[in-house]
Amino acid sequence: MKLLVCIKQVPDLESRFKPDAAGVWYNETDLAFRMNEYDEYAVEQAVQLREKLGEGCELTVLSIGPDRVVEAIKKSLAMGCDNAAHVQDQAASGKDPWQIASIIAAYAKDKGFDIIFTGMQSQDRGSAQVGVTVAEQLGLACTTTIVGFDYDNGAITAKRELEGGIKGVVKLKIPALVTCQLGLNVPRYPTLPNIMKAKKKEIVAIPVADLLAEEPLAITASFHPPAKKGGGIVLEGDIADLVDKVIAILKDKTAVLR
Amino acid sequence: MKTLLIGEYREGKLLESTYELLGFAGQLGAETAMLLVGSESQLPAYGGTLYLADAAACGEYNPDLHKKLILEAVQKENPDYIVFVHSSYGWDLAPRVAAALKAAQVSEVIALAEGGFEVGCCNGKMRRTVKPATAKAVLTIQAGAFPVLQPGGSPALQALTAAGGGALEFIGYEPAEKKDIDLAKAEVIVSAGRGVGKKDNIPVIQALATALGGELGASRPVVDAEWVSHSHQVGTTGQTVSPKLYVACGISGAIQHLAGMKKSDFIIAINKDKDAPIGEIADVLVVADVMQFVPALTAKVAR
Repeated sequence: MKLLVCIKQVPDLESRFKPDAAGVWYNETDLAFRMNEYDEYAVEQAVQLREKLGEGCELTVLSIGPDRVVEAIKKSLAMGCDNAAHVQDQAASGKDPWQIASIIAAYAKDKGFDIIFTGMQSQDRGSAQVGVTVAEQLGLACTTTIVGFDYDNGAITAKRELEGGIKGVVKLKIPALVTCQLGLNVPRYPTLPNIMKAKKKEIVAIPVADLLAEEPLAITASFHPPAKKGGGIVLEGDIADLVDKVIAILKDKTAVLR
Repeated sequence: MKTLLIGEYREGKLLESTYELLGFAGQLGAETAMLLVGSESQLPAYGGTLYLADAAACGEYNPDLHKKLILEAVQKENPDYIVFVHSSYGWDLAPRVAAALKAAQVSEVIALAEGGFEVGCCNGKMRRTVKPATAKAVLTIQAGAFPVLQPGGSPALQALTAAGGGALEFIGYEPAEKKDIDLAKAEVIVSAGRGVGKKDNIPVIQALATALGGELGASRPVVDAEWVSHSHQVGTTGQTVSPKLYVACGISGAIQHLAGMKKSDFIIAINKDKDAPIGEIADVLVVADVMQFVPALTAKVAR
């Protein structure tokens, strides 16, 4: 049994974002990067399956990007992935979802993965396209937005999260790809012994040029802050002053306080 | 310019969001045709061409077959844009159609832009303008971003012939967890987000809710982390609320949360991050640490 989990490194979303020189994505200076949150659930689910299946099961983690993404790869290895592929690409952030999916599909196509896990979307780009597109390019069964996962005897039973808290239960035979939603499981924190063990695990570096053969299908023309709608009041300053101001507003604008 | 709009149908009902597709096409000034895997007994109030497949035969969630049905209609209509709602149905199906056509996909469109489409990114804090580089493009539109347009009339039905199973077997629906609290009736909701820091801090938010005579709400991350039970969740996958006062404590304002509370009469947000998207819809944004500000406010309210 061969498993693959695909992860992305994204900036801390609490950061302030400024456009880069070309004005089409964010400037990375001063940003702290970490694993995309959705992908943490994907890694955890893959590791849980890896542990359930035991010997004879191999779990690979893949990430595309510059050297900084090795940090996220190492975390996945410490969580329990067996080995890793780092697709080296200084310009990954400029590629569209079709190209990113093509790179993953080119890597996976002759490796016989039985199940591929991805996050349902990235927190920065948020297209929710890459996982499904990889499945389409590889001709795999695929379902998305899963909040429940069970594997038994060649088939996955997954629960999809639908609007309003309803879930859709689906069964798919492997080989298959699933995209993971927040809340699927409780991602583990790597323990110190596992972090040490992970240092010995292999990370294969692959230049992106070896895998990329596709042109982008969509072009980002600009990256910018939203137009301010105005109307809202922004209050800053000393806590005691803020409390007095908010109390005054509550009395003035709502019937909640009198 | 022509659009093929992909309507939505679930548990035997046409979904209202289908009419947002018509609102989008209206803004675009495009001709429309629609496709629905639904039922003849649940037709949209729309006078154009409707490619209709029977959900009882094709399944409500059978993406491989739905993709084939859409490709059949694309062949007949030759649309410039194939448009879905960015929903659990749309984001699942759209990339499959785009890959089959090798067409650009632009996800979660919130507005039209010069020569392209405006989409959100970085958790809703920033925007991108995206231009398809292919002749046809697949779009998903953000739920609630475009007006509902219900043109009326009866559609001219066109049958589709694609058939066959798919790689997935749909087992069935599981109902939403039973709610022990009906937030929809609350006049005041004070909600906790990830910014409250830890589970031990939830009582501080509850105390403000109690002092204001309201209920405790929560954002998704707080529910996922099991700080608060799901019955308190506000948003697309929780409850949709419209209280007289909504106080968002440490909630950044992911679109799924905003969709569940933006109709509140008055919104106060407390957040350290001045740029948090919650600030876009809040009447008052208090830039402060939740754990410093909220107890101070509660003390004053309770007095």
